Amino acid sequence: MSSELDRNAREIDRHRLEYEEDDKGGASDEHSAHLATYVLGLGLATLLTIASFWVAKTHLIYDPGIPMALATLAVAQMGIHLVFFLHLTTAPDNTNNILALAFGLLIVGLVIFGSVWIMAHLNHNMMPMQQLMQMQR
Amino acid sequence: MSSTDSFITIADPYRLGHRGPNLARGHGGGGPASIRVIVGYGFWLFLLSDIVIFACLFATYAVLAPNTAGGPGARQIFELDRVAWETACLLASSFFCGLATIALATRNQLLTQAALLVTGLLGLAFLLLEASEFAALHAQNLGPTRSAFLTGFFTLVGCHGVHVTAGLLWLGTMMAQFFAKGFRPDIGRRFLCFSMFWHFLDVVWVAIFSLVYLVGTRL
Repeated sequence: MSSELDRNAREIDRHRLEYEEDDKGGASDEHSAHLATYVLGLGLATLLTIASFWVAKTHLIYDPGIPMALATLAVAQMGIHLVFFLHLTTAPDNTNNILALAFGLLIVGLVIFGSVWIMAHLNHNMMPMQQLMQMQR
Repeated sequence: MSSTDSFITIADPYRLGHRGPNLARGHGGGGPASIRVIVGYGFWLFLLSDIVIFACLFATYAVLAPNTAGGPGARQIFELDRVAWETACLLASSFFCGLATIALATRNQLLTQAALLVTGLLGLAFLLLEASEFAALHAQNLGPTRSAFLTGFFTLVGCHGVHVTAGLLWLGTMMAQFFAKGFRPDIGRRFLCFSMFWHFLDVVWVAIFSLVYLVGTRL
């Protein structure tokens, strides 16, 4: 029992140290950025960028599928940026950020897909412009 | 034990959720989240609201893009070579911003300033490329008033350009503050926000070059 208490005490001490380190604006191990992370992120982002430009120029892919391929590559690259550059992780101190991101994505999805969907239907149902002009005379 | 007891009393007076030490600070156990985490979270919320603004502009562009009013469409006016260079500049700039974060952690003034300078110069190169594109379009009388497509295009891409311009001003301010005031904790947190902003601009640019330029030339 006493050993467990000691362990708890050590654990709490460690947290206090991290807390003070944070307040000095320094980077404790949890938050420190590593060169390898950025290099890996840069490499993956470069690969995906090259892939995007290749897809846009190639004739090897079925043409109507190209916008979807480009969208997929874009989403993948944005994910790379979020993880390797913006350091979005599954760590406990990141839970709130992830939840906020999920809510943001919901709003973004509603705005973009909702607008495109509604406007496409309105466009489809609208009378051709010529006819409309004649009626107004 | 007395020191740890006093720590618990100060950091978590109501001892919420304590059943032994909890790794998840800011979740009831282990004390409140550090200032750094809280500042980062607040700025993250701002960035997400900015993303919602960009989503509105993307939706506007997607709806207006087919309406060229007899003028040129995306396929006629976009030059992919220039877009590739812009993309390279902004991605490299984002990478050097990351290097500045590392240099900052080592408290090295020279390395930090050098990394920030390269970040800024690459950002400036991006802006000049974009300005040359806008100027070339303007010279052909293809300004935002030509068609609904060009209105949407200039609004979306221009809004991103304005963000980059603001980011460059912020970058200069950060360099001056590191130089004049040193590596103070509050200035470190300001830089955390700046780096998040700069990486976020790169994320938005990924969406722009993929969905506006590349998709535009193939539709």
